Amino acid sequence: MTKQEWPLWEIFIRGAHGLSHRHVGSLHAPDAEMAIKNARDVYTRRKEGVSIWAVESSAIVASSPEDKGHLYDPADDKVYRHPTFFDIPDDVGAM
Amino acid sequence: MSNLFEFACRMGDNSLVLGHRVSEWCGVAPVLEEDIALANIALDLIGQTQLWLGLAAEIEGSDRDADALAFRRDVWDFRNLLLVEQPNRDFGHTMMRQFLFDAWHFEMLGALKGSDHTQISAIAEKSLKEVTYHLERSTDTVIALGDGTEESHNRMQNALDRLWPYVGEMFLNDDCDHIDTSSLRPAFDARLADVLGQATLVQPDSTFTHKGGKTGARHTEALGHMLAVMQSLPRAYPDAKW
Repeated sequence: MTKQEWPLWEIFIRGAHGLSHRHVGSLHAPDAEMAIKNARDVYTRRKEGVSIWAVESSAIVASSPEDKGHLYDPADDKVYRHPTFFDIPDDVGAM
Repeated sequence: MSNLFEFACRMGDNSLVLGHRVSEWCGVAPVLEEDIALANIALDLIGQTQLWLGLAAEIEGSDRDADALAFRRDVWDFRNLLLVEQPNRDFGHTMMRQFLFDAWHFEMLGALKGSDHTQISAIAEKSLKEVTYHLERSTDTVIALGDGTEESHNRMQNALDRLWPYVGEMFLNDDCDHIDTSSLRPAFDARLADVLGQATLVQPDSTFTHKGGKTGARHTEALGHMLAVMQSLPRAYPDAKW
């Protein structure tokens, strides 16, 4: 008998209300509900989160590493896309 | 001994003994996710033990604290249900034991939350949040394994058959019980029927029940072996600090 592994799930946790969910890691679970429960036990046992998303890893579409040249290099010499040319008054504080 | 002391020991010993049993899976559970989940449940239960045995020590008013009650009493002084001292055996057996206890624990704490005794009510309220999750998890696992493969189904049915004679003790009632534990049975039975139905498992029709755990009259042989391991360190090095 071949051993069947549970599918892999990517786990996203929202640390506090108002923040966005962040990828924290992955785990195995037989279904979506157990993925949430496992994520609760594996990733929120030190009060890390208030909300969990679980996405089956196979459902994630990723860019390919060998495409990085033409995907990202063109942005190298376009400094004007960064909002670094404005004078910010001191009393605005942290942006 | 006062009834209230006895009652606090019953609650604390249940969570202590089951907490230790569950902790025995640490590092050897079937998958990493279950390993961590079981360790979390064990820690919740040990945390509840500190509260219940802390209360027991306070009621007793001698120089014993929660640690002394946990580590320096012997088998005959323990007041836990026979169900929770049963050995882990396989994972399915562990989860069936957990489900049966959780389903009772959930009703018990729900009832204790309404107690006039402020400390009992507060401990019950805090514990109930943890136990709600324990019950959710053990329910899902019992259903998934019961209604799983032929192998997992058979193991769960065997576990239920083996543990069934220990279910009735949870609802036996005497003067030491802070509430009427027999009143919890209808809600327990309704949940059991629902979950076992979904799990395609058959509830044994015997009403025989082993007893003597919560009164301390007669524990099973499993408890002594467990305590020998659990208490070995504090007994070998009394008052050690680390």
